[in-house]
Amino acid sequence: MEHIRTTKVEQVKLLDRFSTSNKSLTGTLYLTATHLLFIESSQRETWILHHHIAAVEKLPLTTSGCPLVIQCKNFRIVHFVVPRERDCHDIYNSLLQLSRTAQYDELYAFSYNPKQNSSEQVKGWQLIDLAEEYKRMGVPNANWQLSDANRDYKICETYPKELYVPRTASKPIIVGSSKFRSKGRFPVLSYYHKDKEAAICRCSQPLSGFSARCLEDEHMLQAISKANPSNRFMYVMDTRPKLNAMANRAAGKGYENEDNYSNIRFQFVGIENIHVMRSSLQKLLEVSGTKGLSVNDFLSGLENSGWLRHIKAVLDAAVFLVKAIAVESASVLVHCSDGWDRTSQVCSLGALLLDSYYRTIKGFMVLIEKDWISFGHKFSDRCCQLDGDPKEISPVFTQFLESVWNLTEQFPQGFEYNEAFLLQIHEHVHSCQFGNFLGNCQKEREELKFKEKTYSLWPFLLQEQKKYQNPLYNPDFSPELTLLEPNTVSFNFKFWRNMYHQFDRSMHPRQSVLDLIMNMSEQNKQMEKDIKELEAKIKRKNSQSDAVLVKEPLQSAPPAPMALKTSPCFKKEQPLMPVNDSVRTIEGSNTADNRYSEFMEEFSKAEPAVVSLEYGMARMTC
Amino acid sequence: MEFAELIKTATVESVLLSGAGLPPVRGTLCITSHHLLLSSRPGGDGAPGTVELWLLIRNVDAVEKRVQNLGWYQPPRTNSSQRDTRFGFSRPLDSANLPGSARLRANPRGSPLTQQKRELQLLPLGHARGPRGRACRPAPRASLPCASAPTRGAADPSPASPRLAGSSGTITLRCKDLKVLQLEIPGMEECLNVASSIEALSSVDSVMMMYPFFYRPQDLRLEAGWHLFPLEQYYQQIATQTSQWRLSGVNRDFAACPTYPPAVIVPAAVDDEALRKAARFRQGGRFPVLSYYHQKNGTVMLRSSQPLTGPNRKRCREDELLLGTVLDEGERGFIIDTRSAQAAKQARMTGGGTEPKSSYPRWKRLHRPLERGRPLQESFIKLVDACNDTSLTMDRWLSRLESCRWLSHVKAALSTACLAAQCLDREEACVLVHGAEGTDTTLLVTALAQLILDPGCRTLAGFQGLLEREWIEAGHPFHLRCARSAYSHARLKQEAPLFLLFLDCVWQLGRQFPFSLEFGERLLLTLFDNAYASSYGTFLGNNEKERCLCKVKESTHSLWAWLNQPEEKRKYLNPLYSRNALVIWPSVEPQSIQLWQGLFFRWIRSSKYLDEAWAEIQRLVENDDTSVEESAGNRRSQSLSDTAAQTENER
Repeated sequence: MEHIRTTKVEQVKLLDRFSTSNKSLTGTLYLTATHLLFIESSQRETWILHHHIAAVEKLPLTTSGCPLVIQCKNFRIVHFVVPRERDCHDIYNSLLQLSRTAQYDELYAFSYNPKQNSSEQVKGWQLIDLAEEYKRMGVPNANWQLSDANRDYKICETYPKELYVPRTASKPIIVGSSKFRSKGRFPVLSYYHKDKEAAICRCSQPLSGFSARCLEDEHMLQAISKANPSNRFMYVMDTRPKLNAMANRAAGKGYENEDNYSNIRFQFVGIENIHVMRSSLQKLLEVSGTKGLSVNDFLSGLENSGWLRHIKAVLDAAVFLVKAIAVESASVLVHCSDGWDRTSQVCSLGALLLDSYYRTIKGFMVLIEKDWISFGHKFSDRCCQLDGDPKEISPVFTQFLESVWNLTEQFPQGFEYNEAFLLQIHEHVHSCQFGNFLGNCQKEREELKFKEKTYSLWPFLLQEQKKYQNPLYNPDFSPELTLLEPNTVSFNFKFWRNMYHQFDRSMHPRQSVLDLIMNMSEQNKQMEKDIKELEAKIKRKNSQSDAVLVKEPLQSAPPAPMALKTSPCFKKEQPLMPVNDSVRTIEGSNTADNRYSEFMEEFSKAEPAVVSLEYGMARMTC
Repeated sequence: MEFAELIKTATVESVLLSGAGLPPVRGTLCITSHHLLLSSRPGGDGAPGTVELWLLIRNVDAVEKRVQNLGWYQPPRTNSSQRDTRFGFSRPLDSANLPGSARLRANPRGSPLTQQKRELQLLPLGHARGPRGRACRPAPRASLPCASAPTRGAADPSPASPRLAGSSGTITLRCKDLKVLQLEIPGMEECLNVASSIEALSSVDSVMMMYPFFYRPQDLRLEAGWHLFPLEQYYQQIATQTSQWRLSGVNRDFAACPTYPPAVIVPAAVDDEALRKAARFRQGGRFPVLSYYHQKNGTVMLRSSQPLTGPNRKRCREDELLLGTVLDEGERGFIIDTRSAQAAKQARMTGGGTEPKSSYPRWKRLHRPLERGRPLQESFIKLVDACNDTSLTMDRWLSRLESCRWLSHVKAALSTACLAAQCLDREEACVLVHGAEGTDTTLLVTALAQLILDPGCRTLAGFQGLLEREWIEAGHPFHLRCARSAYSHARLKQEAPLFLLFLDCVWQLGRQFPFSLEFGERLLLTLFDNAYASSYGTFLGNNEKERCLCKVKESTHSLWAWLNQPEEKRKYLNPLYSRNALVIWPSVEPQSIQLWQGLFFRWIRSSKYLDEAWAEIQRLVENDDTSVEESAGNRRSQSLSDTAAQTENER
C-alpha cells in the first residue's frame, strides 16, 4: 500500500493497440493493492493484475496527455493516455513497485481469499494425488519400486520426495548416480507404459567432462534397461543441440559416452536453451505487435523469430520418444542440462501422446503436477514471480501449452479440454493467485507452507469445467489409437493467434463455432433431461389415469400432449432460443460500426485525400 | 481432328496406379477421348473389375515420364527427370492416415458406363497411326532421342514388342486440381505412347471438343440450370426499384462490347447511342455498367475497363456524361483503380489510362494495386511447389510461403473489396471499379464486395447467382485463365488464378464468419476443380459471345443443375448457417489470414481427423435442429423456409 500514491485518475484514455487513428475510450483508472482497474464510461471494466505486468513504459508527453504502455505476461498490451503528467508519473512508479515482488508472502495468492473453509482448502490440495497417478500407470510393480532415498530432499533438493526407480537400483547406486548428475538429478521414472512395459525416465546431464565415468550411474542406466523385459536396449535422449552438449564438457558436464554404458543408444534432438527461447519470443512479440503489418513482414518476422521452429523441435522430440516406446518397446531416458526445462517438455508431451488419460481435463492437471511442478520446473524463475534475474525468465511452459494446442488442432476430437483451458492455465501460471505454480521446487513449497497459506487452482478449474470442455471430444474417436501420431510437417504449425492476440478482439473470427457447439450440446443435455422428466410425469399421469379410466386406455393419451404444452420444459424453451440466437450474432460487428461512424464525420468535414484501409477498417485522412 | 488420331495406345494391361496416399492398385488402363480409366483386375470368380480411376484428361496439367530397365538405353538426364528426383516420389506420403473413402474416382456418378462403352467402341482399340501432329509440340522431355515411335508395328496390339520386354516406364500425372498420380506401365513403348496420348488429349484447346459437349448424364436435362439466374430479371428488379437505371439492349448482338452479356443495366438518362460511343472509349468496349445496387442507401457499384485516354489525353463526352449522371447533385463518387497510380499512368503510352480529375471532377480516384496475370500465376506455382515439399524445415517453409506472396495477394484483394464496400455502405458514395481490361481484378473486387455487403449473395443460390453474374456473364476469360494450373511445364500464355484467388478470399470470409455463408468449403473446392476441368459447360469459353457461338447452353449441361440436385446440394451446405443480415467486415491483419489448407494440402496431408470432427459438428447441429424442431413446433424450419423465400424474392 505504501507504493500507491494516486488511487484514482479520471479522464484517462485507452487507445486501441492496432488502430492508427486516435480513436480511444475514455474512463477512470483505479489503482488497488492487487489490480489496476480501468472502467470505461460505458461501464466496461478491464482488470489487470499487478503480477501480470511484465513491463511499464512511460512515453514522451503528447498534447493529449502522458502515454503509459503496459505489457502483460499474458500478452495483453494496454496503452493509456493520462491527462496530467504528475498522475502518470505516480501510477508509473506505483506499478513499477507493485509489479515487482521481493518475497513470496507478498504475492497475491497469500491475500487471495476465495471463501473456502480450511477443510475445503485441504481437499482442494488433495484433488491431484500423484501416488494415485503412479498406481494408475502400474507402479510399483515387479520391476519398479518407490524409493524413499529423497525423503528429506537430501539427495536432490529439486526432486519430489517420492521417486520411482528400478527395483535393482539400490540406495548406493542412487546416491552414486546422483553425485554424477548435475544438481543431483539422477535418473527416475516419469511415465510407465503398462502395455509395452517401457518407461520414460528423466534426469540431468552427467558430470562426465571429457572422460569421467561413474560406475553407479552406469549401473543405474543398466537397471533401467533391465527393468524393461521387452527390450534390453534403451534410448538416451539428450534434448540439447550437440554443440551445446559438447560445450558443457569443458565445464565438467556433458553427455553419456555410448562406450561406457552397455545397451544404450544415444541421441541428440536439438532443442535450444532457455535464453534462445526467451529472445525468440521477444522477437515474435515485436513482430506481432507491429502496427499496419504486411503479410510478408509478418511471415518473415515469424521466420526470423524462430518460434515455430522451436515448437516443432519440441514436438519432434516428443514424437521420437513416443516412437521408441510404442514401436520398439524401448525405455527412454531423457535429459537436457539440468533436466527441468526441455526434459519436462519432452517427457510430458511424450506421455500426452502415449496416454489418452492426459488428454482429459483431470489428466492434464495430473500431468502438469507430475512432470512440471513436482519435478521442479522453476516456475518462479521462469515466470519471474519474484523480482529476480531476468536471464532466468523463459517461456518454456508456454511452449509446452502451445505444443498441446497444435495437437488439439490436429486432433479436434482427441482432447477433453479446449483452447480456453490452456489459456486459463497460462493465465494462472503468471497470476500468482493460486499456490500451485509458486516457487521453484517442492522443497521450497513445503518450507514456505504454501498448502496451508494458499489455494490450489485445480478445484476452481474443475468447478467451471463446462467452460473448458471440448464439445467434440470423443474418448474413443480412434480406438486403435490411444496413441496420437501427429504429423510434424512444417505447414502443420500455425501461429497461435488466440494466445498472442487474446485481447485484440478485432483480429478474431467474429463468430465462434466452438461456442455455438458448446451451447448446443448444453441445450441437448438440458432437453434430454427435460424429456426424461416429462416421460416420468407422463408415466405418473398414465398410471393415474389408468387407475381412473381403466376402460378407456386410448383416451388417456390426449391429456399427455396437453400437459406437454404447459410443462416447465417449454417455459424453458423460450429463453433457450434467444441464447442460441445471440451466439450466432456477429461479435465485434458493433465495434466496427462504431469505428466506421467516425469516418463519416470526417468525410463531411473535408474532402479526404486518401482512403486507406487498415485491418478491415477503412480510414480517411485529410 | 479425330480424337482417335491422338490415342496411340488405348489400353494397357497390368498398370500400377499410385498416388495421393492410396494403396497402389494394379489394373487395366484405358484411354478414351476424354477420360483415363483404370479398372482393377476382376476377381477369380469373374466379377467385373472395379473402376479405380476415372480421370478427366482435361484435368491433367503435366505429364512426366521416366523409363527404366532399358539395357541398351541410358535415359538422358533431362530437366524432367531431375524434377522427378527433386519431388521424390518414394517419399512416404503419410499414407497410413488417409481415408479409404478418398479413392480416386474422378467422376463417380458421372458418365454412365454404357456411354463410356460407346465411346470406347468408337475408338479403334489398337491405335491409329496418325501424324504425331500437335502431340509432339509439348516436347516430351524424356522421350527417346532417336527411336520415338516408329519401332512399333502398325497392327500390333500386343502390350510390348518382345525386344523391349521387361522394360517399364513411370508416368507422373500432375492434375489441375493439384492431385499427383503415378502410373507404372510395363513396356517402355507403351509408356511413351500413353504419355504422349495423354499429353496430346489434354492439350486439345478447342472449346467444342471439350468433354461437356459429349457428357450426357441420364438424370439431368440439358436445359436445366442454364436459366436459373436470368440476368435480365436481376437487372429488371433493380430498374424497378429505382427510376434512375434501365435495362439496355445495346449489346444484344454483342456489337457494343464482345465480352459483355446481351443484358446490361445503365443510367436511365443515357441512351443507347451514347453507350455505343462510351464503349468506343473503353478498352474492349467495356463501358461502365451497374454491378451492384446497395439497397440500404441506394448507392451503386459500377465496373468497366480503363478509359482509352492515351498519350493525347483524349476525352469522351458520352463517357463523362454516363458517369456524371450516376451521381446526384453535389454527390461525390470513388473510382477504385486496381492498378498502381504509376501503372495507370504508364498505360497511357499504350492507349489506355485512367479518368483525369479535370474531366471527371466529382469522381475521386483511389489506386489499390492488385496482382494479376503472370505474377499471380507464378505466385500460385511457387506456393504449390512449396506445399508439395513436405521435407522443408520450418524456416524454409515460412520463407517460401513468404516469397510466393500468395497470402499478400489474398490480403490485398480482401482489403480492396472492403474499401469498395466501405465506400458504398459507410460513405454512402457510388463506386466505379476498374483495372485495365476490367475482366480480372475488377471482377474479383466487385464480387467480393457484394459478398461482404449483401446477405443474399451468401446463400448457396445467391452465391451461384453472383458467380454467374460477376464472373461468367461479366466475361472473365475462364478458358484462357484456367487453361493450365500450377504444374504445367508449358509456356505461360494468359493463365492466371484469379478465380482461385477469389475462392480463397471467400474461404477466408467463411473462416471469419463461420455461420454467415450458407455453403461450405466443399463447394469452393468443387468450383475450383470445375473451373479448371469439368464435365459441365458452365465455365467453358471466355465470354457470353463465345458461349453463344459454341451453343454451350444448348449442348452441354450446367454445373448448377448438377449441384442443385437435392442429394448433391446437401453436401455443399454449411450446417452452421444462419442468415445474417449484417455486413460482414473481415479482419485483414496478417495474423487473421490463413493458408487454405483444405485446397493446397488436399492431396498432401491426411484430413481424416478434421473431417471426422466436422462430421461430428454436423451431427451435433442436426441433432440440435431436430430436437428444437420437435419441441418448438418446427420453428426453425419455418425460419429457414422464410430465408429461402426471401432469397427467392431477391432474385
